[in-house]
Amino acid sequence: MSKDVELAEVHAGFPSPAEDFMNVALDLNKELVRNPSSTFFARVKGVSMIDDGVGDGDMLIIDKSAEPWDGCLAVCFVDGEFTLKRYRNKGDYALLMPANKAFKPIRVDADNQFAVWGVVKYLIKKM
Amino acid sequence: MGFIGLCDCNNFFVSCERVFRPDLEGRPVVVLSNNDGCIVARSNEAKALGIKMGTPLYQVRDLVRRHDIAVFSSNYQLYGDMSQRVMDILRQAAPSIEVYSIDEAFLNLDEMPLETLEPFARNLSARIRREVGIPVSIGISPTKTLAKIASKLCKQYPKLGGGCLMYRVQDVEKVLSRFPVGSIWGIGRRSGAKLQAMGIDTALGFYNLPQAAVYSMFTVTGLRTWKELHGEPCIGFEDVQPDRQTVCISRSFAREMTTIEELDAAISTFTGKVAEKLRRAHLYALQMSVFILTNRFREDRPQSYQMKTTLFEVATDDTLEMSERAARSLREIFRPGFAYKKAGVMVTRLVPRGGVQASFLDTVDRGKRSQLMDVIDNINRTSGNYTVRLASQGEMDQFSSRTMTSRRFTTSWDEIMEVKV
Repeated sequence: MSKDVELAEVHAGFPSPAEDFMNVALDLNKELVRNPSSTFFARVKGVSMIDDGVGDGDMLIIDKSAEPWDGCLAVCFVDGEFTLKRYRNKGDYALLMPANKAFKPIRVDADNQFAVWGVVKYLIKKM
Repeated sequence: MGFIGLCDCNNFFVSCERVFRPDLEGRPVVVLSNNDGCIVARSNEAKALGIKMGTPLYQVRDLVRRHDIAVFSSNYQLYGDMSQRVMDILRQAAPSIEVYSIDEAFLNLDEMPLETLEPFARNLSARIRREVGIPVSIGISPTKTLAKIASKLCKQYPKLGGGCLMYRVQDVEKVLSRFPVGSIWGIGRRSGAKLQAMGIDTALGFYNLPQAAVYSMFTVTGLRTWKELHGEPCIGFEDVQPDRQTVCISRSFAREMTTIEELDAAISTFTGKVAEKLRRAHLYALQMSVFILTNRFREDRPQSYQMKTTLFEVATDDTLEMSERAARSLREIFRPGFAYKKAGVMVTRLVPRGGVQASFLDTVDRGKRSQLMDVIDNINRTSGNYTVRLASQGEMDQFSSRTMTSRRFTTSWDEIMEVKV
């Protein structure tokens, strides 16, 4: 008996036991995007975070509503530009830490135009 | 007493642009209409420079240069997505909402205790700002008309923190005494002018008119607004959108069209879009109009406005059938020698899918055609718009010109934000 016929028979004979479990397939959106209203995507350009595994062309999943915590990977807006760094809260000032020996930390205080735009929740890399 | 909220996004299109351009905070910004013609949104700084809504860009070129005003073409995909995000939060927060426009929604707050309303408005406003990045003004009052006024109050007074509860008679009267009568929701330009001619400039003046006088001068509509100002709800809450009466797609062209071939492509594209909208709303159309018009601002050129309306024997939502009909209508109204600036397709007399009468003379196999349309809609939904289309159809975007558009940050993978690292 060929395989096709065998399959056809199974389909005709029994209701699929999986029928009650339809629509529960894994959905990456549900896993990676906890709050759709505040989630934004961005593309990485540059190599200053390469030692943290963040490379040129990677995709960031950003939660705009998350309160930045000390040490989080933050999309920062500094003096007119977006940049991605580790955020270190030092009270009076903050340090934006690179992960690449060729780059220096950026110090920001009240004199800078500065805001944490959002916090990176996931990083998507193409292998 | 029940309460209604109005959430209005502040300078919505400008605010959407600023989410992705925080450097524009504090700088004057304007957004232009579909063909970069007129100003349709202004930041507070641009308003302060005296730029009026609807001003053609060329009239303020000087101002733009002198004050370094940032100018954007409209990016409706971005605005649509940001609006969706705001509405989603409102839906989570309020028992039910009525979406009134792309940047406004009414909230039904009937079940909420009075003392919770003010903190509710402020927290919701802060939440939308934090999550989506859009500043909003939420006014809460016993009626829709008063809620509109309360939300405008938030814009005037930043201290309110984006939320304002207004219901005590003395508060309402104080606010109305400073509110221009022409800005009341429901008072049209004509009634506004009539009131001003009577020496009534403020909303309070209208509010203080005797009920009978309002009725005799402004009929039922005016009386409804007057009652709403007095705290008596007359405009119902509609969380279900009323039945659609028409679907219309039209565009002004960046470059005027003179040949039937060019117009064919436009009309076919619009018809496809109209048919798709009908199918999505589960409606059939009985009547279709095709119209073309010349540029009315070019008084030096011959002017023409032509429209052809036809009836369908059997109500339809079929792209093929509608496109054939639209092409025939176009041939009847097109005249060589004119430069057409705008065209459109409109369907009227819409009926729900269930209630269609069959005809013996029907030559279309409706069952098969509707399967075909389902397949096309599915492919276009999953693989992107215009994957499958008639040979005569173009893409909507080709008919407008927008030269200063920001990226579609949230709706196109090729255009998401870039972060320098």
